Amino acid sequence: MIELGFFYLFSGLAVVSALGVVLSRNTVHSVISLIFCFFNAAALFFLLDAEFIGIILILVYVGAVMVLFMFVVMMLEVNFAGLREGMLQYLPVGGLVALVLFIEIVAAAGSGVFSPTGIPDPGHAAQHVNNTVEIGKLLYTKYLLGFEIAAIVLLVALVGAVVLTLRVRKDAKYQNISKQVNVNPDDRMRKVKM
Amino acid sequence: MVTLSSYLAVAACLFAIGIIGLFLNRKNVIIILMCIELILLAVNINLAAFSYFLQNLDGQIFIFFVLTVAASEVAVGLAILVAFYRNRRSINVDDINTLQG
Repeated sequence: MIELGFFYLFSGLAVVSALGVVLSRNTVHSVISLIFCFFNAAALFFLLDAEFIGIILILVYVGAVMVLFMFVVMMLEVNFAGLREGMLQYLPVGGLVALVLFIEIVAAAGSGVFSPTGIPDPGHAAQHVNNTVEIGKLLYTKYLLGFEIAAIVLLVALVGAVVLTLRVRKDAKYQNISKQVNVNPDDRMRKVKM
Repeated sequence: MVTLSSYLAVAACLFAIGIIGLFLNRKNVIIILMCIELILLAVNINLAAFSYFLQNLDGQIFIFFVLTVAASEVAVGLAILVAFYRNRRSINVDDINTLQG
């Protein structure tokens, strides 16, 4: 019973904060709403016995990705209010597409296949079961190739982000490290005969 | 007890809100990226719910991969946005027309 209460609390807050992301006037408020939404989704993951994923969601998403969003929003000097004008003109078509998708998904979810008679609640795992250990066992054996590909994707994203934002300014002075390292004592000192 | 259908309904709500956000804020690239995050979050909730109700951890591994791809997508997307802002002083989607698309 208490689990049901927490489910409604967290899912309700997640949906309300998701609406805040879409509708808020200020982009900074959108980012903060999304952070709150991620916290509530992490709580839903905890209710689903996925502790590791919940922690990862908070650490990686709230701690890194949303901070990156916040940096970019605050770094760019943009008139965000101007970007909002004419916003409601797309409400009918957007609302229609979203409504159709929502009705389709809810109809599929509400059909008998996913009802408690079809897929019953298996009950929570025992206290001594360690979710992180179980995920580690699976990730480093069955999904090892996928894990390595994910690592390469992250590396490429890292290098790509650096390359895209790197800017070499013509008017600034830079060290040439290779020249500095390869310098010869003879280049610096000249012996003159008196 | 919470049923699988209720988790799927919450995920459907988040997904639909993300889609509406894509249409409503179609001038602001930052909010478009955040709506994509919302959509991926809905997918993750679905995967976690199925992983729990079917007692199969593979779903959580796939959440892991979705999170990886989403994080790198945001990093590259925001880097492109910053590079574009340096050149054009704007992040309006309507200004991204150099290729005459």
